[in-house]
Amino acid sequence: MSTTVLEQPRVHEPVNYLNADYGWKSWLFTHDHKRIALLYLFSITALFFVGGFFALLMRLELLTPPGDLVSSDTYNKLFTMHGIIMVFFFLVPSIPATLGNFCLPMMLGARDLAFPRINLLSWYIYIAGAIITLSAVISGGVDTGWTFYPPFSTTYSQTHVVLTAVGVFVSGFSSILTGLNFIVTVHKMRAPGMTFMRMPLFVWSMYATSIIQVLGTPVIAITLLLIGFERILHAGIFDPKLGGDPILFQHLFWFYSHPAVYIMILPGMGVISELVPCFSRKRIFGYEFVAFSSLAIAVFGFLVWGHHLFVAGQSMYAGMIFSFLSMVVAVPSAIKVFNWTATMYQGSVSYETPMLYAFGFIGLFTIGGLTGLFLASMGLDIHLTDTYFVIAHFHYVMVGGMVMAYMGGIHFWWPKISGRLYPENWGRFAALVVFVGFNLTFFPQFILGYHGMPRRYHAYAPEFQVLNVLSSAGASILGLGYIMPIIYLTWSWFRGPIAPPNPWDARGLEWERAPSPPPTFNFETTPIVTEEAYNYANEMEAHVGG
Amino acid sequence: MWSNFSFNPVAASTGAVDYDQLWMFEVVIAVIMTVLIFLAVFVFAIKYRRRSPDEPPPKPIYGNLKLEIFWTVTPLLTMLVMFGWGAKLYYEAYTPPKDALQLYVTAKQWMWKVQYPEGQREINEVHVPTGRDVAVTLASEDVLHSFFIPAFRVKHDVVPGSFQHVWFHATKPGRYHLFCAEYCGTDHSGMIGWIDVMTPLDYENWVSGAGEGGGTMAQQGERMFEQMGCSTCHLANGTGRGPSLQNVYGHPVQLDDGRTVLADEAFIREAILYPNAKVVRGYKRDIMPNFQGQISEEGLLQLLVYIKSLSAAPQTPSPAVKPGVKTSLLSYPKAASTALMAPVARKAPQQ
Repeated sequence: MSTTVLEQPRVHEPVNYLNADYGWKSWLFTHDHKRIALLYLFSITALFFVGGFFALLMRLELLTPPGDLVSSDTYNKLFTMHGIIMVFFFLVPSIPATLGNFCLPMMLGARDLAFPRINLLSWYIYIAGAIITLSAVISGGVDTGWTFYPPFSTTYSQTHVVLTAVGVFVSGFSSILTGLNFIVTVHKMRAPGMTFMRMPLFVWSMYATSIIQVLGTPVIAITLLLIGFERILHAGIFDPKLGGDPILFQHLFWFYSHPAVYIMILPGMGVISELVPCFSRKRIFGYEFVAFSSLAIAVFGFLVWGHHLFVAGQSMYAGMIFSFLSMVVAVPSAIKVFNWTATMYQGSVSYETPMLYAFGFIGLFTIGGLTGLFLASMGLDIHLTDTYFVIAHFHYVMVGGMVMAYMGGIHFWWPKISGRLYPENWGRFAALVVFVGFNLTFFPQFILGYHGMPRRYHAYAPEFQVLNVLSSAGASILGLGYIMPIIYLTWSWFRGPIAPPNPWDARGLEWERAPSPPPTFNFETTPIVTEEAYNYANEMEAHVGG
Repeated sequence: MWSNFSFNPVAASTGAVDYDQLWMFEVVIAVIMTVLIFLAVFVFAIKYRRRSPDEPPPKPIYGNLKLEIFWTVTPLLTMLVMFGWGAKLYYEAYTPPKDALQLYVTAKQWMWKVQYPEGQREINEVHVPTGRDVAVTLASEDVLHSFFIPAFRVKHDVVPGSFQHVWFHATKPGRYHLFCAEYCGTDHSGMIGWIDVMTPLDYENWVSGAGEGGGTMAQQGERMFEQMGCSTCHLANGTGRGPSLQNVYGHPVQLDDGRTVLADEAFIREAILYPNAKVVRGYKRDIMPNFQGQISEEGLLQLLVYIKSLSAAPQTPSPAVKPGVKTSLLSYPKAASTALMAPVARKAPQQ
């Protein structure tokens, strides 16, 4: 009986982007940014679990000090593939390609991105890159670490370095095209009245991210190409035995890969800037500061790469400049944290799942950011770099920050994406499990690092075991926390209660002007924007003053 | 599992003690900031919780310029302290004192090979005394490695194609981990060793007892200088086809393109491996063959020590001192130990 009740409205359901067409061609040849977002969602989720599986095997190996579960070579491949898949195939595309793709045009009041075909192309390129990289995994793997440091990667490694590098190289174009598409969309496709200073902060952070993607990604592409040249043609670029310089690679690699860290975290910051106002019923505190801090991060993020080379023999005075700039780049992140917190002040705060993830983000990103200062502080970096302290630091930012924001965003926009509601209490429970599991996994690693346990160690000294066991225990809880949403969201997709257009009473064109799920071209008529973002109090002057 | 566990890692060098002060400072700042943020989030979340679903929307707050300036400037100033203090520590950690005891470490997949100026060699074991500055010159035979002694809070990458340096001043006798901290392939986690920190007296006994037949590093370098035929051109009196190497190390050298460069370790290294990269004024190009690939890093270090020994007298580790060491050591432990360990101090009386 309940099925008939649920099915009933479906028959009379208005046409939306999901039921407009059902054939496989309607998905694989779609130009709809929302469908492409879903294609990305499925592919990056699959790759997230592949990367997570590698991490789980590593944590199992590290339960005991000797290397007894897998061989050294296997372990080296596990952390390499974990890093490559998580960085290039999950973290970089995660929020931009899914939530960004879905929300950005709608937030701007546009029917689609500026270049819908290029958007589809970027998904195909991403899939091509992923297939090439996975084929390297299946045919034996790669063991260079995700950083591809030569001369090991160019001369000594016996694994599929070139194939993997080609996969990453190819996927980079997907990232560039998405960035390009977003930049043009933000400039050219805004609805009437949607001025830059009225854009949701999520759009600002996407814009900043896109700038980094377009400017930074070509550098990693060239760098990986040079790795290929040296490995195949023995051109002397990085290997000193061929007349090259291994430090040159590190400069080139981090010139992209440090800004890439901001490609990964800025979108998360954008999501949090949406969640906190919505669940506090409050305009964001200090809109301009949050918006321009994103741009500041994008600019300064390009000037700090040398802090990865403090112990690599870089000139002392260059190091000092990089250390100073690394401190400077931390300021805009701090500004954001303070503004999110201040947004809750005198608000009307509710504790739905997305907000729990936002709380988690603010707390864990704070710890991730503060421990980054330890590493930016050159003297402290000497001991901490290349230890588990670094692992803990960037997982606090990437998993504690970015993945928390991603999960929060997925839950927040889920009713809009699927047209269904997810089970709120399951969502809250999973968020709690993720938070507990995450801290148990990664907090012990800060102490491990300070005690001197190097990263990428297959076997370790016995005194490190207690903390490693805690960390592995946490990893299993964390894994559970990630599997739960897969189950209840899948249930919700087919069986969840039908979602109203704006279940959170949120502000923003995607909530206020479009049904859930939206029709293929998003809006019946092009919206005209007359107010600033986050007008949760429905202030009259905003409507009148426009 | 619990038996070896401790919350505070051992600090066994002067640098480690300085390091832990900055570490504590940053931990305190981080804890204060984390507590403040967590507290604010908790207090706001609870105090301003939504009491009923149809609660009227709260009054909007656009922002507050004074607050924004406050929370921009305060963190920046705090971070500038971290930057300054960190830079000072870094400068000290990577500026080896002049009269330090020299150690030469060659890293290769997957072992640490150590040689002392006196000529002894070890693998995966490094013996050092307390109370002395010890400077380590690092070279790699193959890939990147990183020389990491957690108990000293000291680390430096070993970069193939160059010499790198690190130093420490051990204070507590004991056995401490030596780790490779830069991923270097299959057995990276097995590229570990021990730092044996000994009292000066124990160290003297060890260093004089552990000698090999090969002579000092400088002597080994000199033999190599003959064997590889370097000595046929680099005549000491300057009449050879190559420049004399007497008093070259540490002095400026004029090149044929008009530049003047300092003959430091990097210059000597390049001059041996790629002699045409910088040709000394008055000498012909293309006479000396490239020695890249012809000579091991260990051999290169021995040659370097030999060439250094030809320069300014105080650098010379004088073999003549050796026989007398034991007796003088026993009679005047402290003075003698310093005299033995410091090539500089050892030679000083002759000046």
